[in-house]
Amino acid sequence: MQTVKTYFFPDMGVMLGRSLRHVSRSLDTIITVTIMPIAMMLLFVYVLGGAIHTGTDHYVDYLLPGILLIAIANSAGYVSYRLFTDVQRGIFERFNSMPIARSAALWGHVLTSLVSNAMSLVVIILVALLMGFRSPAGVLNWLAIAGILALFTMMLTWIAAIPGLSAKTVDGAGVIAYPIHFLPLISSAFVPTDTMPAAVRAFAEHQPVTPIVETIRALMFNQPVGKEIWVAMAWCVAITIWAYIFAMRVYNKRG
Amino acid sequence: MSQVKMAISVKGLTKSYKKLPVLTGVDFEVRAGSIFALLGTNGAGKTTIVKILSTLLKPDSGTAIVNGFNVALQPAHVRESISLTGQFAAVDEILTGRENMIMIARLRHLQEPGLIADDLLERFGLKEAANRRASTYSGGMRRRLDIAMSLVGHSRLVFLDEPTTGLDPEGRIEVWNVIRELADSGITVFLTTQYLDEAEQLADSIAILHQGKIITTGTLAELKALFPPAQVEYIEKQPSLEDIFLAITGTKTM
Repeated sequence: MQTVKTYFFPDMGVMLGRSLRHVSRSLDTIITVTIMPIAMMLLFVYVLGGAIHTGTDHYVDYLLPGILLIAIANSAGYVSYRLFTDVQRGIFERFNSMPIARSAALWGHVLTSLVSNAMSLVVIILVALLMGFRSPAGVLNWLAIAGILALFTMMLTWIAAIPGLSAKTVDGAGVIAYPIHFLPLISSAFVPTDTMPAAVRAFAEHQPVTPIVETIRALMFNQPVGKEIWVAMAWCVAITIWAYIFAMRVYNKRG
Repeated sequence: MSQVKMAISVKGLTKSYKKLPVLTGVDFEVRAGSIFALLGTNGAGKTTIVKILSTLLKPDSGTAIVNGFNVALQPAHVRESISLTGQFAAVDEILTGRENMIMIARLRHLQEPGLIADDLLERFGLKEAANRRASTYSGGMRRRLDIAMSLVGHSRLVFLDEPTTGLDPEGRIEVWNVIRELADSGITVFLTTQYLDEAEQLADSIAILHQGKIITTGTLAELKALFPPAQVEYIEKQPSLEDIFLAITGTKTM
């Protein structure tokens, strides 16, 4: 019996091209994932920054890691939304009745999230440079930063895929966006955690965003990286794997 | 097995959703190259049959052979030989008509996707609109694009699940003409519909799905023969509202 050839990578390439078009043709997405974080950075540096004491001269240096994570968090809701539309419009059914690698459609969305986030983060970093951000760190440190950001993106993308694939209404699909938006706000992204009330401080210091922010900051300025990053990374990997398995199960059940 | 080549043959198909039985033993055959209409009310299980035959859903029991391949055992082969046009026009609204076509041609791993796209868009009267986003299309145009996308490649069998539901009369006639063209080119068409006149207009053979079973099947002439011979009565034929609508708006019928 002859077998049918599968083309996972070319198929995924087509899917990637497709959803990147969705991103680039959605002004709303571009505003939320690129312009909003930049506006926040301007607001915090030029309006509030004078009153925030972080122990550095350049508040933009302190702020940038948090802004990068906010940009990624803002994009998660759109992953849910794009997946939800594909399910509702029957696009996935069309793909799944065709001789293409089954998971290519889903991976196309995940890859789109990685690529579009990479592009918006580059733009944000360029704006930060214009605002006076300078990093003495070398290529290796920046590669480590890119790796951490990619892992964080993967984690949020796979989490966001679950409601996107299983929601019955568009509001349901977007439900995950709000808690994800809040994570970077209740962390050391904007201010050190010392001034927060005990309960908030306990949360801020024990959620993954704080050690990720601290590590990126340390890498950007050639500071020693603390041990807590390995705990945070382990959490990220574990959550990513869990969300991946869960999302795949929902996806395969959809038929 | 009969002498004639069968595009689909289904035996003893059953499917339940949780405790709710939808199909309770479905048998039918579809001759290759014919237009087959599956009739049934909403919720009768027409879409469930389409999903099983297009490998999207697994049956609880029974066998289904599509283009010579067993749906349960050789799903990849089935997928290569069929196309599905689902109940809702599954077009990507953010892409243009042409981009939609090229995407499908690439996913079917065909050479020269651009040429294939242009050719089909022209055939389906979408050449002018090719570079507009599909979200700007009318219902009929969207359906035509949807069907055109299904024809990319070398499918021998096309499933059309309620292709005219929600279309205005003009859109309906557009789609009917497309279906006739498909059949003329030798492709088997599996059509589901809740409109009896649609089956009457298009189908070579008709099956009626009711309470999870095919209760009757045959050509229109055979189905008509099941009833006592028609009595000849002379009545004045009033134009239907549809006739009036089409006359006023200047759309050619058939």
